[in-house]
Amino acid sequence: MSLRAPLGRVLGLGSAKDGTGHWWAQRVSAVALVFLGLWFVVRISALPILEHDLVVEFVANPLNSVLLTLLCLAAAYHSYLGVQVVIEDYVHAAGLKLVSLILSRFGHIFLAVVSVYAILRIGLGA
Amino acid sequence: MTLSILHRGTGVAMSIGLIVLAAWLVYAATGPAEYARFAALMSTLVGRLLLIGWSFAFFYHLANGIRHLVWDTGRGFEKRQANASAWFVLIVATAVTAGFWTVLL
Repeated sequence: MSLRAPLGRVLGLGSAKDGTGHWWAQRVSAVALVFLGLWFVVRISALPILEHDLVVEFVANPLNSVLLTLLCLAAAYHSYLGVQVVIEDYVHAAGLKLVSLILSRFGHIFLAVVSVYAILRIGLGA
Repeated sequence: MTLSILHRGTGVAMSIGLIVLAAWLVYAATGPAEYARFAALMSTLVGRLLLIGWSFAFFYHLANGIRHLVWDTGRGFEKRQANASAWFVLIVATAVTAGFWTVLL
């Protein structure tokens, strides 16, 4: 038996004007980050982080490049979803809320692109 | 209850930490001299305290996030279970953070 009202079923929308998409995306990116995050801290703890040539060598390794890229994208996405909820909960003025949400989106996309660009630059030896 | 707001707090802290992660990659991509300057900045007392804070935020958010994923399956909601898992998360996050920095230093 479905608990959804007939009109809700037709529109496919609840009072949030959004379905379970946000909730689900947060969980899926969280599961990805469990693995990518653990991989990152394990590798980072064994890396002589102050040595530039060794850090470059680490990032340039093809598997590391791919996993770092996935980490940066998943983290930026998960962070965007989380910050969005925080803004929606705590910023009450409609105009400021809209501006904050847009700035957060721009900021997260910018960080993701900058990170991936840097990884590619190292990985492709540019 | 305290852990709930801590989950948000550590999440927002790591959102700011993403800037440092991006900066780390950018300075590594730029060159040895620039990277050395970034490494020196992060090696200062303030830099180290921030890194320790971000590492705790990571381990806490990871452990409590898994707790949330278990809750999503409908399990662990009994008051006794929730209290036990709260302490478990706090102890694991603190212990793993300490262990992580023992390996690093």
